[in-house]
Amino acid sequence: MDLRFPDLDPSPEELEALQSVLGPATPTEGWTREQGGPHRAAAVRHLLLPALHALVDRVGFVSEGGLTEICRRLDVPPAEAYGVATFYSMLPVDPVPLTTVYVCEDLACRRGGVPTGPAAEPGTRVVHAPCIGLCEQAPASLTVRSGPKPHHGIASMPPANGSVPQMGDPSLVLLRRIGTPPTLDSYLDNGGYVALRRALDIGPAAVIDEVTASRLVGRGGAAFPTGRKWAAVASQPAGPRFIVANADESEPGTFKDRVLLEGDPFALVESMTIAAFAVGAERGYLYLRDEYRSALGTLEAALASARSAGFLGTAVLGSPLAFDIEIVRGAGAYICGEETAIFNSIEGHRGEPRSKPPYPVEVGLFGRPTLVNNVETFVNVLPILEQGGNAFAGIGTGVSTGTKLFCLSGAVRNPGVYEVPFGGTLEELIERAGGLPDGRELQAVLLGGAAGSFVTPAQVNLPLTFEATRAAGVSLGSGVVMLFDDTDDLGDALRRISAFFRHESCGQCVPCRVGTVRQDELVTRLTLGRRRDGDEQLLRDVGQAMRDASICGLGQTAWNAIESAIDHLGVLQ
Amino acid sequence: MSDVRTSAPGTPVAPPRRKVTLTVDGTETVAREGDTILSVCRSLGIDVPTLCYGDTLEPANACRLCMVEVEGARVLVPSCSREVEPDMNVTTDSARTRHARRMVLELLGSSVDLSTTPRVEAWMAEFGADPTRFGADVATVAQPAKVDNNLYVRDYAKCILCYQCVDACGEQFQNTFAISVAGRGFDARIAVEFDAALPDSACVYCGNCIAVCPTGALMPSTEFDMRADGTWDVSRQSETTTVCPYCGVGCNLTLHVQDNRIVKVTSPNDHSITSGNLCVKGRFGFTHVQ
Ligand SMILES: Cc1cc2nc3c(=O)[nH]c(=O)nc-3n(C[C@H](O)[C@H](O)[C@H](O)COP(=O)(O)O)c2cc1C
Ligand code: SF4
Ligand code: SF4
Ligand code: SF4
Ligand code: FES
Repeated sequence: MDLRFPDLDPSPEELEALQSVLGPATPTEGWTREQGGPHRAAAVRHLLLPALHALVDRVGFVSEGGLTEICRRLDVPPAEAYGVATFYSMLPVDPVPLTTVYVCEDLACRRGGVPTGPAAEPGTRVVHAPCIGLCEQAPASLTVRSGPKPHHGIASMPPANGSVPQMGDPSLVLLRRIGTPPTLDSYLDNGGYVALRRALDIGPAAVIDEVTASRLVGRGGAAFPTGRKWAAVASQPAGPRFIVANADESEPGTFKDRVLLEGDPFALVESMTIAAFAVGAERGYLYLRDEYRSALGTLEAALASARSAGFLGTAVLGSPLAFDIEIVRGAGAYICGEETAIFNSIEGHRGEPRSKPPYPVEVGLFGRPTLVNNVETFVNVLPILEQGGNAFAGIGTGVSTGTKLFCLSGAVRNPGVYEVPFGGTLEELIERAGGLPDGRELQAVLLGGAAGSFVTPAQVNLPLTFEATRAAGVSLGSGVVMLFDDTDDLGDALRRISAFFRHESCGQCVPCRVGTVRQDELVTRLTLGRRRDGDEQLLRDVGQAMRDASICGLGQTAWNAIESAIDHLGVLQ
Repeated sequence: MSDVRTSAPGTPVAPPRRKVTLTVDGTETVAREGDTILSVCRSLGIDVPTLCYGDTLEPANACRLCMVEVEGARVLVPSCSREVEPDMNVTTDSARTRHARRMVLELLGSSVDLSTTPRVEAWMAEFGADPTRFGADVATVAQPAKVDNNLYVRDYAKCILCYQCVDACGEQFQNTFAISVAGRGFDARIAVEFDAALPDSACVYCGNCIAVCPTGALMPSTEFDMRADGTWDVSRQSETTTVCPYCGVGCNLTLHVQDNRIVKVTSPNDHSITSGNLCVKGRFGFTHVQ
């Protein structure tokens, strides 16, 4: 059965934009599914998301003619392509002005009241957006321009070095190069590619042994032992494997990966190369949230210079290692940071999580064994290889090893990304960030982001380690430490959290698709004095079902922060 | 899942599947590798409710009504899609599973019109579900039915987003790919491109989506109109099986007859040729030409 395409054509600008991604037009007649069409379609499907981006970059939206042209070229059913486009917040399917200002309305940015943003001018639209990862600059916004040269029209993205108050401190490890130019020469002058050389020297198995000995656990939120994951991918039957760097960083309050990507791009390139060597992957994907336009430019430049200097390509550093990295831009969907949703998104499908098992290490991207790690996790591999896994394991508490990046925002004097060895307390971290503004008192701290939990001022002695937070029934998550002072309205924060999950649920499973809506309705009723009999119990019932019966971590954690605020901060009293 | 796999045409003969010993509700039982927990439960006569699972399609894993407890798992697991593992210890009826089922029914019941979904009323009673607990002013998917062609009606106010119509229209049966899930979260919906009308889409009116729809969201126009007139009465209907005369494939047809009139045509899910699927002629040729 041949696909049927509507009789619609793209505009000349759209066609030109699409050709930059899909190449010059080739006739599709004769490519029926019976004639090997499906294979061709499967082989090019991953170009769907880049092609949709090309349309939006050029004309601001996905038009019917543009979508139809993509479908003809890639042999994708138009209904499916429409389903993909409408999954993402940043791919409008109706005409919009060329300039969009995303005004962050999330937790850190709304503390002084919901930001209104600039008045919409002609040719500009203002969109209230979930966290855009600029929390240390709250209230933040991001301007995105479409047109002939879209990548270069980005405003209000400051360099990463303003975001690291400790910059230049000799004790920094992961942040040591922040502030130096993001060029290959500078990277090499500052210790770059020492770790990869050592890896090539000792061989893949020894690299994995070092990572295992380091006791590094994932920094993306789930705290899974990294060495075990690498070993699992390496031990799969021979055949193609992939690695994916998860730079989707969309957990409200999280901006550490942005600082690494903008300020030390080669560290990720080098550490991904080491991972590829260790697990036997020839190709890596860097999945970058599309709000990080400044990081996109930096990373594109870094990849290009790494390639031309032989740090990526068919013979990395003259060794037999062949490896290259492709950047995939997300398009505004928190869920795509989930480790299987990210595969569907890269493959050109709706970014819905897959059901596990099978796990990514066995069946991941394009159905192949895949290593997914967070950006910060990858970058930790450099000190592990430089110092040795055992030395790395000596930093921290023994269970939580190495250093950790924390994202301080909210009611704190010097917000930003901080790097500390594991073991310090919450109070020490707050002190390091200058404490609260004068005259303010701590009301609550949100640890781990919207999917994390609130802790009380009485808990400031909590050591910020995996073991101590677990014992306290909370989690470090992605390293969010967001402070709320005595003037903050926690009810408003809870409404924002519930609205966030309602907006970001992929919609696949009932407990989360409907549960996040009911949670939002109930939280709104309960915090705005419109409580009805039984509402609190109802909220708990919904929360328990989301936690128990949702497919993925989004639904399973959507009630965490709200529950903690009710139980420990007494917000509903 | 295993049934789909072993019966797929052209699949090489698989090696015999290994035996797996597991415990379900305290009873030790032997299954085959690749069996799902649900299929084991059903063979043991344990009634696990399902909504999005259809026996002719791969599990969509979406409604989460079929959740069971597996010892050692942090969260509940979907019995329709989870394959058995050696020494698995499964509990199908516990406070946790009952709570999850109750809430799935309440969440769906408070947002979707389940009035034509079989068995839902009995499950609501069994699990103590009361969808009215949320109040009358909550978000729902209520919307007018889409009547944009002569053959069938899409009443998405009744849609639980089980993905079955999409899978049937797409690679699992029909290969037409006329419909997809569009949007995200509570705004997710079944749609053709740009939410257009069906006649402007690739739809060939095979009606195979109707056959798999578990809620009556997709319904032949004859049935939809008779229900609207209050004349639809299953108790007055008889079913006759015949072979479709339109071509030589030999599809079995079940003619649903009420008052000497063919009111609906289906095909048995277990028929080796159709697995419940037909083409436009078989599905609509009778009701439409009468
Ligand atoms: C809804 C959701 C969003 C997530 N977003 C991210 C993300 O943006 N970045 C990330 O590294 N991990 C994210 N994760 C965690 C990933 O699923 C995965 O655990 C992680 O990338 C694994 O890397 P690690 O072992 O290095 O932590 C998310 C998980 C969920 C459930
Ligand atoms: S839990 Fe939410 S985000 Fe995850 S699969 Fe279900 S609906 Fe999608
Ligand atoms: S009638 Fe057939 S072609 Fe049309 S949407 Fe349903 S399954 Fe697809
Ligand atoms: S229309 Fe029917 S088959 Fe399709 S998703 Fe909705 S309930 Fe399922
Ligand atoms: S029947 Fe198993 S998830 Fe729907």
